[in-house]
Amino acid sequence: MSGTGARLNIFPTRMALTTMKTKLKGAQTGHSLLKRKSEALTKRFRSIVQKIDEAKRKMGKVMQTASFSLAEVTYIAGDISYQVQESVKSAQFRVRTKQENVSGVMLPTFESYLEGGNAFELTGLGRGGQQVQKSKETYIKAVEALVELASLQTAFVILDEVIKVTNRRVNAIEHVIIPKIENTIKYVISELDEQDREEFFRLKKVQGKKKKDQQIAEKERQVKAGESGTNIILL
Amino acid sequence: MAQLPSYKDRNFIAIIGDEDSVTGLLLAGIGHVNGPKKNFLVVDNKTPISKIENTFVEFTSRKDIAIVLINQHVADDIRHLVDDHDQAFPTVLEIPSKDHPYGIIIRFIYIFLFV
Repeated sequence: MSGTGARLNIFPTRMALTTMKTKLKGAQTGHSLLKRKSEALTKRFRSIVQKIDEAKRKMGKVMQTASFSLAEVTYIAGDISYQVQESVKSAQFRVRTKQENVSGVMLPTFESYLEGGNAFELTGLGRGGQQVQKSKETYIKAVEALVELASLQTAFVILDEVIKVTNRRVNAIEHVIIPKIENTIKYVISELDEQDREEFFRLKKVQGKKKKDQQIAEKERQVKAGESGTNIILL
Repeated sequence: MAQLPSYKDRNFIAIIGDEDSVTGLLLAGIGHVNGPKKNFLVVDNKTPISKIENTFVEFTSRKDIAIVLINQHVADDIRHLVDDHDQAFPTVLEIPSKDHPYGIIIRFIYIFLFV
């Protein structure tokens, strides 16, 4: 039935019908495109989740190794934490952000780079310098793993958001916009049919009226002819 | 996206954690001190929760930090703040510490179930 469901408020004409049909086609194309986009993103999302899982496991191991190497340093060179914390000036290990395009979504990835000189050249000068250097290298590796994990996690957060938005759009088109347009088309078609029927009925009525008029005229003529005929006979 | 321009100049990694984690990561060269502003915080038993909270909020609102590393046992203390942080930048990453190895990553499983 045409009256049921929401529909756009338009005047039922043939022109509006054509416009609505074009709109429906557009909505369907958009829907299939968005659906494909969402599928591509979800695929990417799953692979990222898997990678995060792997990276977390790896990071656990790397951090363990790193802590162990620091323990070695502490054993040989004594507690260097105060010295390290005090000699910090400018960051040597930095990250920069790059972007990667996944079906129209910009995903940032972190990339680490070293800048400036080593601030801890004098750390462990007395003893354990080698261990300090070794520990530093281990920790640099650990931080690289952390940076990788962080970029995965950022991608995770952003993708999650984008997938939600896309799915919302897909559902809106599928469950709101397309039924609305379909309802409108049904409504316009039924209204046009109604108009057609009315027109047909009107024509019939006019024809019937004309016929009736004709018959009446005929009868009158016959009556007149009959009257004149009797007159002739009477004369 | 809206945050496009904002992450170009994010270069630093911040760390909140126990002494060993912080020392190790500083040794790797992530530390950056600019006047009174440091990008690391050492947490021990005597550190008040409010200080951790303030530092976390400061780090997450700074414009030059790309990643905030936080020890998992410290993150547990300020769980409400960590969970409330839903921005992509800076990324908050929970790391294991020497005394507290990685527990089950409840948060991730939690997110994963509801997607």
